[in-house]
Amino acid sequence: MIFRRSERAKASVEPVTLKILVAGGFGVGKTTLVGAVSEIKPLRTEETLSEAGRPVDDTSGVAGKHTTTVAMDFGRITLREDLVLYLFGTPGQDRFWFLWDELATGALGAVVLADTRRLEDCFAAVDYFERRDIPFVIGVNCFDDASRYPAEAVRQALDIDEGVPVVLCDARDRESVKEVLISVVEHAMAAAAAVREPATT
Amino acid sequence: MSHDGRGTQRTNALWGTSGTAGTPGTQETHRWFDDEAGPVVRPYAMTRGRTTSPGQHRLDLIAVVIAETQVPGDHDADRTLSPEHVDIVELCRDTPQSVAELAAELDLPIGVVRVLIGDLVDDELVHVTRPVPPAELPDESILRDVISGLRAL
Ligand SMILES: Nc1nc2c(ncn2[C@@H]2O[C@H](COP(=O)(O)OP(=O)(O)OP(=O)(O)O)[C@@H](O)[C@H]2O)c(=O)[nH]1
Ligand SMILES: [Mg+2]
Repeated sequence: MIFRRSERAKASVEPVTLKILVAGGFGVGKTTLVGAVSEIKPLRTEETLSEAGRPVDDTSGVAGKHTTTVAMDFGRITLREDLVLYLFGTPGQDRFWFLWDELATGALGAVVLADTRRLEDCFAAVDYFERRDIPFVIGVNCFDDASRYPAEAVRQALDIDEGVPVVLCDARDRESVKEVLISVVEHAMAAAAAVREPATT
Repeated sequence: MSHDGRGTQRTNALWGTSGTAGTPGTQETHRWFDDEAGPVVRPYAMTRGRTTSPGQHRLDLIAVVIAETQVPGDHDADRTLSPEHVDIVELCRDTPQSVAELAAELDLPIGVVRVLIGDLVDDELVHVTRPVPPAELPDESILRDVISGLRAL
């Protein structure tokens, strides 16, 4: 059998794969963030609404349609040959939330991107991850023309737990995005440790 | 964990206030388009209309597909492999990769790729590794590796 890259003769290294979700409102910088640390590929899914629609989804706008095509941002970060982190940018529209369940299953954690000029756009995402106990961090995307708020002010405005990291970031900047992702993993680690030690304090 | 219901209040107060007229989002909506007509149907022709693979749980998006090194000798002539089946096997033979990557690479909807992978599993041309089971977090040592890997990027 001929492998193009002979170094990869043991091509059957089965990588451990992990995923982090990137959520937030329209135009908040999800695609930019995924693109800052990985090569983005669009990922298509076609969903049958009758199958996937949930009562909570407002499907009135799509009544009578059978399938809907949804595109997601999808990025791969190869950490090691045997360790791969995938980023999934979740579709922003409420009516595609059924897709989140699939994306969220087995996710290591999530980034909720927030824009301080319209903080309310990320409430729904915060609620979603909070209810499912999925570790998430708030990435406050610092747009040039938005006034700066300290992380604590954002935390209070969002009414989130003390433990949830709030990180000021620039979705265009690779180093900044790396920090955001690292804080997701650290937060997930802390959450896992809390679960492993079931000290009911 | 926070089961204090604050999230509910947040939702009740503000659900629906976002994304209304004049937001930058309205311009972008064409990206998440609905296919009312043909385009949806065509990809599933490849799967002969099947949208699920019988007897298989839904393959996780990050489940890794690996080509079998031993191709079964008595190659089952019942099923003619489509070019897309062959593409998948070849991609995975080169590098084991996730369901999502295969879909992105072949520019096929995830649902279609799932069905095709299911066929290949049945034919014992590939196998699929389960990712870390949902609701179970990966080892702490793996998470540490992820952190140092990210720092080193
Ligand atoms: N100044 C500044 N601009 C940003 C930043 N992040 C994103 N942008 C810009 O904001 C715009 C929207 O960013 P996207 O990454 O497309 O946002 P998105 O969340 O993927 O948008 P949708 O997919 O339409 O919901 C683009 O023009 C980006 O260049 C940031 O941190 N600072
Ligand atoms: Mg986008």
